[in-house]
Amino acid sequence: MPTTMIAGRPIDVNDEGFLSSYDQWDEKLGAELAKLIGIDMTEAHWAPIRFLRSDYPARGETATLRRASTVGGFAIKDLFELFPGKPAKKMAYIAGLPKPKGCV
Amino acid sequence: MTDTLIVPTFDEPATEAAGRKLVIICSKGNLDMAYPGLILGAAALGEGIETHLFFTFWGLDMITTSRMENLKFTMLGNTAMHLTQAPKMPIPALMGSIPGMTGVATKMMRKQIADLEIPTVPEMLEQITQMGGHLWACRMSFDMMKLNEADLYEEVEAVISASDFMEISEGAQIIFI
Repeated sequence: MPTTMIAGRPIDVNDEGFLSSYDQWDEKLGAELAKLIGIDMTEAHWAPIRFLRSDYPARGETATLRRASTVGGFAIKDLFELFPGKPAKKMAYIAGLPKPKGCV
Repeated sequence: MTDTLIVPTFDEPATEAAGRKLVIICSKGNLDMAYPGLILGAAALGEGIETHLFFTFWGLDMITTSRMENLKFTMLGNTAMHLTQAPKMPIPALMGSIPGMTGVATKMMRKQIADLEIPTVPEMLEQITQMGGHLWACRMSFDMMKLNEADLYEEVEAVISASDFMEISEGAQIIFI
């Protein structure tokens, strides 16, 4: 399992660069991760990220776009605008979580 | 420990800008044959791939409002039937023809799909359009089945001909279901 330096501290990541330790994350790091993939975080960005973080521990897997929409109450269209192209994966990366496993 | 920054590459090579485009032809109206196209379509959109679904022949049932909620699954002609409770027990093909069996099998499949938190067919279509996917109906099938535009799911963009389809699918990868 590789370790990488982000924001001046060592962070455990998988081969692709997704964080592998839930507890190494805080919002300061999240903002740095977002910058690395070209996203400037605003309050609108934080809301779904916080949902993903709070949803993860009990389920042990990252919420899919579907879940962010039905359980979190975020409109899928908005998520595409906030995190263009691949919203589910980008949100998971910024939230310091693994890629979602679910198909939908 | 490495000093190299490891960051996922999100924006290549599958972005719209890179030109990846997918067309899924949905030609079946059975419940089990509706899902592959819907799931793959939603997955492609989630990866930033321009995605079109083209509904032809029985696949039109997937976007016909009076039918889309009632797609059925039949055991008839399916040699891959197993009971999850007894996977090794063969199910005689004849059982599929017992009156009411299609209803029972459909109900079971719906429950299995719902247990996995997979949305219904109309919900999947709604999600696909929210994700920016395009829905098209086949002109010939539409005429053959004597449908009106008002019969179709409202997010269907147009009823198009085979040559329109050729224009839309130019440069696309195509999946036929």
